Amino acid sequence: MPEADANREPSPPRPWSMLRTFHVAVDWCEPLVEWIIRICGWSAILFVFAIFFFVFREGSEMLLGGLDLKEFFTSPNWRPDSVVRPQYGILALLAGTISVTGLAMLIAVPLGLGAAVYVAEFAGPRSKETLKVVIELLAAIPSVVWGFIGYMVLGPIIIWATGAPVGINVLNGGIILALMSVPIIVSVSEDALRAVPDSYREAALALGASRWEIVSRVLFPAAKNGLLAAVLLGVGRAIGETMAVLMATGHAVQIPHSLLDPVRTLTATIAAELGETVSGEEHYGVLFVIGIVLFAIAFVVNLTADLVVKGIRGEKHD
Amino acid sequence: MEQHIRFQDVSVSYGTQVALQDISLEIPRNQIFGIIGPANSGKTTLLKCINRTIDFIGSAKVQGQVQVDGQDVNRLRNVYDLRRRVGMVFPLPVGLPLTVYENVAYAPRRAGLFDRHELDALVEKCLRQAVLWDEVKDRLQTLGTKLSGGQQQRLTLARALSHRPEILCLDEFSIAIDPVTTMKIEDVLLELKQEMTIVLVTNLVQQAHRLADHTAFFNNSQLIETGPTEKMFTEPDDKLTYAYVTGGFG
Repeated sequence: MPEADANREPSPPRPWSMLRTFHVAVDWCEPLVEWIIRICGWSAILFVFAIFFFVFREGSEMLLGGLDLKEFFTSPNWRPDSVVRPQYGILALLAGTISVTGLAMLIAVPLGLGAAVYVAEFAGPRSKETLKVVIELLAAIPSVVWGFIGYMVLGPIIIWATGAPVGINVLNGGIILALMSVPIIVSVSEDALRAVPDSYREAALALGASRWEIVSRVLFPAAKNGLLAAVLLGVGRAIGETMAVLMATGHAVQIPHSLLDPVRTLTATIAAELGETVSGEEHYGVLFVIGIVLFAIAFVVNLTADLVVKGIRGEKHD
Repeated sequence: MEQHIRFQDVSVSYGTQVALQDISLEIPRNQIFGIIGPANSGKTTLLKCINRTIDFIGSAKVQGQVQVDGQDVNRLRNVYDLRRRVGMVFPLPVGLPLTVYENVAYAPRRAGLFDRHELDALVEKCLRQAVLWDEVKDRLQTLGTKLSGGQQQRLTLARALSHRPEILCLDEFSIAIDPVTTMKIEDVLLELKQEMTIVLVTNLVQQAHRLADHTAFFNNSQLIETGPTEKMFTEPDDKLTYAYVTGGFG
């Protein structure tokens, strides 16, 4: 009865009314939260553009005017400090990056995929947990420590095993980079393999497939997007790595003729020389052009990955 | 009447949950054996014991003996060979990530059949038996996972038939298939029993009535009753069975 209600004294605030106020406040905050999340999402793009803009601005003067691009890409002579005639040829550096990264991938991809298959499919629950923890620990080792291991531990081993005059070379850098990429490849591809529904395994099992056949004929095709992503993340890590390769590859400008030749990579060159240059001078600008080249490589790798993944999807959708 | 599959005091549990309790059952050769019963009564578990895909479930514990052709399946040296002798169709269709053709050609090729013409003929035959051929003959090279649910289910049937199994286990094979196509497949099954023993798990009581020579009724992990289908559907010994087949269960 409304009349009776009106005559009654106002009731004291009930305990949940504060909670209610809080909920109203939350409702008001909703658009704000939405905007914060939106900014978080777009900031990634913003940062990429900001970095690109900065690198391009610093390198543009040399790229568009001062630099002989033909010499830049085709000459193996990197002599930025020459008083007579500085030469900026990155062919040797490019060869260094490609050889070390290539070797690293040759080692890391089979090792990483094998480890992922073992962890996801064959290992018992106990060893699975142990392996995952240890592999994640491997990913947490700082790159300078890896470089140190390459320099102090792997170098002497290589000298002892091969009789090479120096232990820090393509082989050393490749192995170190491989070990650094393996954890990424393992954890991403293990996730991809685990995401394959169990019903696939059961169906293959019921057809009389052996465990290896299940892996090769069913799991790999079903998880290939994830596996590809894993490999490319590994490649990205290997190309971009600086500190470890700076320490483990020998840092000598030359096109390698064997695994035991020291090389120098694009990233290590920037890291080692940028501190010695004066902002705005030729050498400084060229280092930023190298940065643009690295950008381009990363872009091409990502684009390829995207196209390949889309290609695989397209096949599925006809 | 010759026995093909024999369960002797089989009990299965997943951890603390009992899935099958002291099942003893004989399945005769070249007949259709219907298994009916409400959800969670152990029907699928029973099938998984036959080809030992139950090994795949870590927590499962199997006691008792399952014999196929008089051989204890747990003592077999080559479990893969056993699985190749048993065709299995799961309730949820599983198109392996292979093309339609490869889905069906996979098992025969594994068994050593490489002749292109023979393989083509076999694939066509299996797809026809699963009443799928007319729908997929122009797109044998698309991925099996691209087919619709009902088509995938028939694809799994074709795949199960592709290795000419001695035993065909069908677990709710018609769940996603329309009634007309189901009827066509049922006709095929009636022909197929000349060649193989068919174990048919079904929720459709009438399907068991139509197809099965013998029927078993499971409830609550236990085998309530088994006998010739006609008897099971007209004058069963157990009143639970009577209630279930006449729709008054509950």
